[in-house]
Amino acid sequence: MNTAAKMERFSYDDDIVKKFTIATVFWGFVSMLVGLVIASQLANWRLNFGLPWLTFGRLRPLHTNAAIFAFAGNAIFAGAYYSTQRLLKTRMYSDVLSRAHFWGWQLIIVLAAITLPLGITVSKEYAELEFPIAQLITVVWVIFAVNFFGTLLRRREKHIYVAIWFYIATIVTVAVLHIVNTLNVPVTFWKSYPIFSGLQDAMVQWWYGHNAVAFFLTTPFLGLMYYFLPKAAERPVYSYKLSIVHFWALIFIYIWAGPHHLLNTSVPNWAQTLGMIFSIMLLAPSWGGMINGLLTLRGAWDRVRVDPILKFFVAGVTFYGMSTFEGPLLSIKSVNALAHYTDWIIAHVHSGTLGWNGFITFGMIYWMVPRLWKTKLHSVKLATAHFWLGLFGMLVYITSMWAAGITQGLMWRAIDSSGRLVYPDFIETVQRIVPLYYVRAVGGAMYLAGVVLMIYNLWVTIASAPADQSEDVFEAPALNAVNAPSAAAQAPHRVLEGMPMLFTALSLIAILVGTLIELVPTFLSTEYVSLNPPAADGTRMIYPYTPLELAGRDIYVREGCYLCHSQQIRTLKEEYLRYGEPSRVEESMYDHPFQWGSKRIGPDLARVGGKYPDLWHLRHLNNARDVVAESIMPRYEWLLTDKTDFDILPRKLAVMRRIGVPYTDADIVGAVDAARAQAVKIASGLSEQGGGKDLSDKEVVALIAYLQRLGVDLKKFEAKQASAEPLSAQGLALSGVAR
Amino acid sequence: MIVIYLLMPIAVLMAAGFIVAFVRSVKGGQYDDLESPPLKMLLPDEPVSRAGERDKK
Repeated sequence: MNTAAKMERFSYDDDIVKKFTIATVFWGFVSMLVGLVIASQLANWRLNFGLPWLTFGRLRPLHTNAAIFAFAGNAIFAGAYYSTQRLLKTRMYSDVLSRAHFWGWQLIIVLAAITLPLGITVSKEYAELEFPIAQLITVVWVIFAVNFFGTLLRRREKHIYVAIWFYIATIVTVAVLHIVNTLNVPVTFWKSYPIFSGLQDAMVQWWYGHNAVAFFLTTPFLGLMYYFLPKAAERPVYSYKLSIVHFWALIFIYIWAGPHHLLNTSVPNWAQTLGMIFSIMLLAPSWGGMINGLLTLRGAWDRVRVDPILKFFVAGVTFYGMSTFEGPLLSIKSVNALAHYTDWIIAHVHSGTLGWNGFITFGMIYWMVPRLWKTKLHSVKLATAHFWLGLFGMLVYITSMWAAGITQGLMWRAIDSSGRLVYPDFIETVQRIVPLYYVRAVGGAMYLAGVVLMIYNLWVTIASAPADQSEDVFEAPALNAVNAPSAAAQAPHRVLEGMPMLFTALSLIAILVGTLIELVPTFLSTEYVSLNPPAADGTRMIYPYTPLELAGRDIYVREGCYLCHSQQIRTLKEEYLRYGEPSRVEESMYDHPFQWGSKRIGPDLARVGGKYPDLWHLRHLNNARDVVAESIMPRYEWLLTDKTDFDILPRKLAVMRRIGVPYTDADIVGAVDAARAQAVKIASGLSEQGGGKDLSDKEVVALIAYLQRLGVDLKKFEAKQASAEPLSAQGLALSGVAR
Repeated sequence: MIVIYLLMPIAVLMAAGFIVAFVRSVKGGQYDDLESPPLKMLLPDEPVSRAGERDKK
């Protein structure tokens, strides 16, 4: 082979692909198992077992994080490492960085699996992981980026195939989103507060949240589709031009769609409309991808009948088409009014993750594993069985959640001819859909059973692989002198080459984050003042939480209350009848993080303060069935025995002040005494009402203090205004905004 | 909504970055040939030496 002077020899790093593949399968099983557990908990509350770390509120973030970042994440990395090397005809830039990426990512997942059940959470959906883990994610992601772009520079193939473009968009955008949405200031190692609050925090969160779906669950999987689908079908992609056009269209439109998660809320109308319009526009580039994927199989449809890999791809792409039709539909304000906070959204996201991400991943794994381990798949029949189990499981899952969502949505909005709610008791609307929660759990169990079949199939396949797993050697001409590594560059010091780039990127990010944390609270605070101007007598509409209420709020966050209870009354008639006037921006202006929520398994709590006596809350938290016979809420007995951490309060208040909440020096110094005094008052009230022994130092009292504060400031403010000018036309006009 | 002054520039900057990448790739000839790449990626990689055969060389 010495004749071809410019030819270079290289091998592909398949070991790292194997590692990521095994991690994908393992975490896929774990995330779906946790999903089955929490689905069963909604069907039967007893399955919360009265254990803090097993309650729904703590396990749901574990399920979502595991499904997105552990299952889908590892699948992306496995497929990207496999296809990138082959498309660019080069080995990954650095074996060391590849392994740092792999083990770093697994460490993050393990830390998440430990901290989330312990209630260590920021409470921003899909960005729940606390400060140190969030920083670790940044580091590992930068390692991935350096490794990837290094590989791109060393490529031996001039043309960058469209799949690579999808990976590039993923890497760049996810980095930016993650950094901005985790601008948190730590109080302790495991507790931090976001620098944004209320509306600001909601906007940032859903700007991130929607783009996590876009750039973590969509673009990378389109990249995988454009590599593995043509490979498996042995057909070129239907239209390469279309793939490029829809790529650029997709990444330009996706970034503006976030506000569709906040329709009919206190977000300004123009921002809602903007989000809605861009979401509807997304239909075109999304379907460009779906059509391109399906038409790639032209002339190969006979093979779909016998090949489970193609079955997975066809169904996966079809589910992509379905959920990207459903997404724009749900982004229409009037449709969203019915669907938001209901299980329709749960159906929607699962047709995306189980149908699109899951099936593309399974197809990819069945295709890749025999090639990676240089063997044949143990059983095509088992893989086909996996496909049908998964498909039927999903249909059961999605249709039951559609039915549940639409049923409950219609019940919430049912108003009779006299203008009153037909179902004023929230619990009635829950009871109606509990049977569907059982059906959903069955669907989920079927899908999981399919995965178990896959694990067995892959296990036998890998166990029967030949012992010699050493790497094949390939040959390709160098692209040009600049990009091609010389023989000397392959020497050990190559290991260190990525380091300057890595450290430059990390220090730049550190400077950026530090600057933002310093600057943003300052310019946000001007908005606080303008939102909440003092009246002539010096009083304001909204005041910061008392220290005890803040402690209670952190318990509310820890237990994941926001996963079932929203704190946002929408600008809809039925919400006005059920909960009161629409939420105002001012109400959550001191909420770091915001707690608007995205799902109502229980009722909205924005104005729950003063609605029930303290004793009701105590009994409700101890065992919700004592006060609401049919409730499906878990028991929170430990709140009655665990002690509130009073000593940390001055530090919490100090951090809150740093990020814009107007606490005074006296507030901070006297935080512990103030909190204890308020706790004693509540606890003695509870004792008088027959609540039993003294609970003043227990967490339940802090949580009750917080719950009883919700919505109270606004009610007081409006009562004061009403008494000041009882019947003036202006007063009526102001309070009539909602009606 | 002041936060929009943070999010907008970031989104616009990202979009600008993507535009630059797009223009550069067009000018760099990335999209001159849109016929062969989808076919080329289908070609199987033929190793010059398979793992098991290495001893013979």
